[in-house]
Amino acid sequence: MLNVLAAAEWGGEFEGVLDPISALFEFPPILELELFGVDLSINRTIIIAWLGTIFIGVLFTLGARKAEVIPGKFQAFLEMIIDLNRTIALEIIGPKGTKFVPLLTTLFVTIFVLNFSKIFPLFMMPPTSRAAWPLFLALTTWLVFIGVGIKEQGFAGYFGGILFPPGVPKALYIILTPIELLSNLVLRPFTLAVRLFANMVAGHILVVITLVTIHVFLPSMPVGWMVGVFGLIAAPLVFAFELFIIGLQAYIFVMLSAVYIGSSLEAHH
Amino acid sequence: MTGSLNVLGYAVATIGPAIGLALVISKAIESMARQPEAAGMVRTTMFIGVAVVEALALLAFVLAFAL
Repeated sequence: MLNVLAAAEWGGEFEGVLDPISALFEFPPILELELFGVDLSINRTIIIAWLGTIFIGVLFTLGARKAEVIPGKFQAFLEMIIDLNRTIALEIIGPKGTKFVPLLTTLFVTIFVLNFSKIFPLFMMPPTSRAAWPLFLALTTWLVFIGVGIKEQGFAGYFGGILFPPGVPKALYIILTPIELLSNLVLRPFTLAVRLFANMVAGHILVVITLVTIHVFLPSMPVGWMVGVFGLIAAPLVFAFELFIIGLQAYIFVMLSAVYIGSSLEAHH
Repeated sequence: MTGSLNVLGYAVATIGPAIGLALVISKAIESMARQPEAAGMVRTTMFIGVAVVEALALLAFVLAFAL
């Protein structure tokens, strides 16, 4: 695909070396910074993430400042978001779930807004498609569900419960314990992070290829413009699909976080 | 002909998760249609199952770029 695009861009003959696909995700630093040997350069991704965070802060501060009993349109919209997370918490975690509504709402809104910059004009780059963002969001969930488990069942109770599930013949623990250790403590945060990361990477590549197709093929005169017109028709559909994916990933991340927290709240039987 | 074998590897790796997802989702739809009052519970459980199955395809997607 990229070879075809590059060939069209260079007038039908392209023999250079293509940039690797990671060129779509790495931006040159705007401001070079280095602290204790750690690279802290400010680039476009970071600025998008900052703007998104500021947007969330302003949105909820404005909504909470003049909270009324009978909500206006703006407040009703914000309450709808919180109510969605409250429903998830109550349905999955149970009555104890109300305590986790702030965490789940924060995760949901953060992921949604940061993902949304994928299809937002002028941004067009989700910070969640860099591995660090999903990784740290998943680490938050990981710390919370382990912390909750230790707090509710005690250290021995929690780790005993997940490593040696009761009601199993003793000999099976040789196989079961490594599997449970891996799936509970390693695979859970890893799949949380990788699911969000991979979806955002795939979505960003899809959006870029659609837009580059239009840009390259529309002005090419003899027959190439037909592909460009196809791209023009496909672009809104791709954007709508991406909007669906953005919402779905935020929802699934929050729901799985709730499932993990709920599973460490109650002892295994 | 040049290209990366990773892409073919990813294509092969999606077959299993695709069948798995189809099974999980079709069973969930079936049970939601049979018992609409249990739809909430079925949907939650379905998403957990989907998440577990999907992880394989996602791993393959990441490894196709990483390796």
